Amino acid sequence: MTSFAATPPTTADAQTTTASRTRIQVRGLDFHYNGFHALKQISMDIPERKVTAIIGPSGCGKSTLLRVFNRIYAIYPGQVASGDVLLDGENILDPRYSMNRLRSKVGMVFQKPVPFPMTIYENIAYGIRHHEKLKRKQMEERVEEALRSAALWDEVKDKLKQSALGLSGGQQQRLCIARGIALKPEVLLLDEPTSALDPIATGRIEQLIEELKKTFTIVIVTHNMQQAARVSDHTAFMYMGELIEFGDTEKIFTKPDKKQTEDYITGRFG
Amino acid sequence: MNATSLPAEPRESDQRAQRDARHDRIFRLILKACALLVLLALLGAAASTLWGGREVLFGHTWEFLTTSDWNPVENKYGALGPIFGTLVTSIIAIVLAVPISFGIALFLSEIAPSWLRTPVATAIELLAAIPSIIYGMWGLFVFVPFMADHVEPKLSATLGQLPIIGALFDGPPLGLGILTAGIVLAVMIIPFISSVMREVFQTVPTRLKESAYALGSTKWEVVWDIMLPYTRSAVIGGIFLGLGRALGETMAVTFVLGNSYDIQASLLMPGTSISSSIANEFNEAVGTHRSALIALGFLLFVVTFIVLMIARLMLRRLSRKEGN
Amino acid sequence: MSAIYRRRYATNIIALTLSGIATLIGLTFLAWILWITISRGISAVGVPLFTKITAYADQGGLANAIVGSMLIDLMAILICAPIGVLAGTYLAEYARRTKLGSVIRFLNDILLSAPSIVLGLFVYVIVVLPMTSITNGSVSFSAFAGAVALALIGLPVIVRTTDEMLQLVPGTLREAALSLGIPQWKLTVQVLMRASGSGIATGVLLALARLAGETAPLLFTAFGNNYMAYGLLDKMASLPVSIYQYTNDPNPAMHAIAWAGALLITLFVLALSLLTRLFFARKKVNHD
Repeated sequence: MTSFAATPPTTADAQTTTASRTRIQVRGLDFHYNGFHALKQISMDIPERKVTAIIGPSGCGKSTLLRVFNRIYAIYPGQVASGDVLLDGENILDPRYSMNRLRSKVGMVFQKPVPFPMTIYENIAYGIRHHEKLKRKQMEERVEEALRSAALWDEVKDKLKQSALGLSGGQQQRLCIARGIALKPEVLLLDEPTSALDPIATGRIEQLIEELKKTFTIVIVTHNMQQAARVSDHTAFMYMGELIEFGDTEKIFTKPDKKQTEDYITGRFG
Repeated sequence: MNATSLPAEPRESDQRAQRDARHDRIFRLILKACALLVLLALLGAAASTLWGGREVLFGHTWEFLTTSDWNPVENKYGALGPIFGTLVTSIIAIVLAVPISFGIALFLSEIAPSWLRTPVATAIELLAAIPSIIYGMWGLFVFVPFMADHVEPKLSATLGQLPIIGALFDGPPLGLGILTAGIVLAVMIIPFISSVMREVFQTVPTRLKESAYALGSTKWEVVWDIMLPYTRSAVIGGIFLGLGRALGETMAVTFVLGNSYDIQASLLMPGTSISSSIANEFNEAVGTHRSALIALGFLLFVVTFIVLMIARLMLRRLSRKEGN
Repeated sequence: MSAIYRRRYATNIIALTLSGIATLIGLTFLAWILWITISRGISAVGVPLFTKITAYADQGGLANAIVGSMLIDLMAILICAPIGVLAGTYLAEYARRTKLGSVIRFLNDILLSAPSIVLGLFVYVIVVLPMTSITNGSVSFSAFAGAVALALIGLPVIVRTTDEMLQLVPGTLREAALSLGIPQWKLTVQVLMRASGSGIATGVLLALARLAGETAPLLFTAFGNNYMAYGLLDKMASLPVSIYQYTNDPNPAMHAIAWAGALLITLFVLALSLLTRLFFARKKVNHD
């Protein structure tokens, strides 16, 4: 695998990897909130069915970038994104792009597990029901499928009617992943999905990510560099709202092109 | 995943988006209407009492506000008596309740061992939960005789003999009267004032208290010199909140005031208040009399509204200081 | 030096002692009032209290007042709970930082401590008077008018608790639902309200505790009735108003019944407030 970090060979000025087809193309993305310039001219190509990790010190804009991909930022007044984010060639930042369609194509899992105050079964079915009309039987299959994909089925199959709030933290997080993939999205966004979990639960989620990338394009934000090295195929390093370097994970962690990247991954960062 | 297995065609999803947007708008509208009802309730209370009292408020404004002759038989309605009673009982209540509430708040936030705080705080707050009619009954059947037998004779014999303020405590020990009503009101508003004070004392940053203790301050000095100035506006807000309650209270004072429209210097003499005049007379009143009572209600509403507004503004200032 | 110390420590000890005494004064009044209510009330509590109506005066009971209170209070809650919950939801979810939101929140806080007798007058003017003129006097005071007056007492309590409870729900829950493409209104009703359900229920119970003890707003709305009444448009007795009438009566036997009614109301209201406290304490633990 080759990396084209600083100077992209083909497309405009984007940092890109060409190992597989591109799923999300970011071009000249700027983000402002309340006058603060949080993302500066980000351009990158996120490849299909791979895990792309975004790393960087806190406040570098990594979470902000992730939150642009499903426009969840739009629920807060004063947050504005400009530029292009193309999903299958269509600009999702275009106000005409249907929010429903975007949210069914791009799933998201948050830092802390946030199960809805419902049963385990309902947690999964609730989202599906909003996008598809399914018969009871089909719905049960879909719920099972999602729970199996999230490696949770065996642990919860006997207590689907119990409240999801009774699950352990790791189980709750896998439930949230199941809830996200139950909509059969194309892209799955993970915002520091293991930062609230213990090492064992973290290990299970990481295994799951390995499994999930066969089906989904995954973008993960993490503050844990070892995690990025373990789970991702490509890594983007961000600093102060700018994309410093983007390339094969192996290369970023062994032979980065930029000094800032090297300083960060070797822990010599201020 | 390829396009054919997508849950919905773009077109269908657009329709759904439109439908969702419509439902969101309707939902929001319903919610907003309910919220506006709160606004409407207050405006309505002001407007309806203004309307109901228009005959007296606009027809006999001067008489109503400046004379104390309240005589339904002769169709005379001078409201000074009830206004005087309302103000004086409330002032007595505040004068008594503020130091006691401050003491309670101080005790609960700084002195009491932690295992004692919750039960005592709960008990004090239960005072606020007791229905006001119970205060009225207790006042009439228990506290009035207590005042008449034990307190008022002593007050007349001591304070009543002093020059100038002696007039305030002069007169027969009836038990009923302005002073008794003021004391009952004080008991009623203590929980309100003390819980606000306690709450705001807890907002004082620990480092501020600790740096004062580090200089060798005593508890009292920390409270008086550090905490009180820091929370001053909210403490005043809490006092005004209590004042608002006292001004509008009806059932607790109606039984113990004695229902007299005369304005007398002595606090031991019977009086009346706006709310107890309304409660006592409304159902027998017709015509101008009823209009005069509703006009009294309007007056009460305006005064309490202003007092409560000051209270809330003062309380709000503290929460801004906290950075919320 | 040591004179300064001595004076300062003396001041401190005196102040702390006085604050302990202030607390004792507060507790004494609570104990005094509760003791009187219980000791005087309990002697008149008996079967006739619940079976006989006020028409029998000192030979009677409070059956019609108890039933009346239940009906009026229930009706009041049915009016103010939905409106209050929706209004509170508006404040928390749609108007958290808007100007209108802060104005309504401010006025709601004022309504919370507005004099209840004025709210009674308000309902008299907007409900009782129009009903009287529409029906040519055959309907005037009514249980319905009483319920509206009490609903105005309960409304701000529910608005405020709902607002506060919804604001406690973590923002991530909203984001999680929105990231699944769930529309705002569904998110609000099915996720957020459910997540803060016990808190909202607490608000409703608090409102019930507040309005159940109110007398003043009922005097000229529901009025009173010496007989059993069930109709929405009938004059209806209620515990607080019956207690008020009995207390004004010179007959000591009536006072005994009034104390029994006072005991019932006090127990009900205090039990509700303690219950909501428990409810609320558990809720807080759940959230942290």
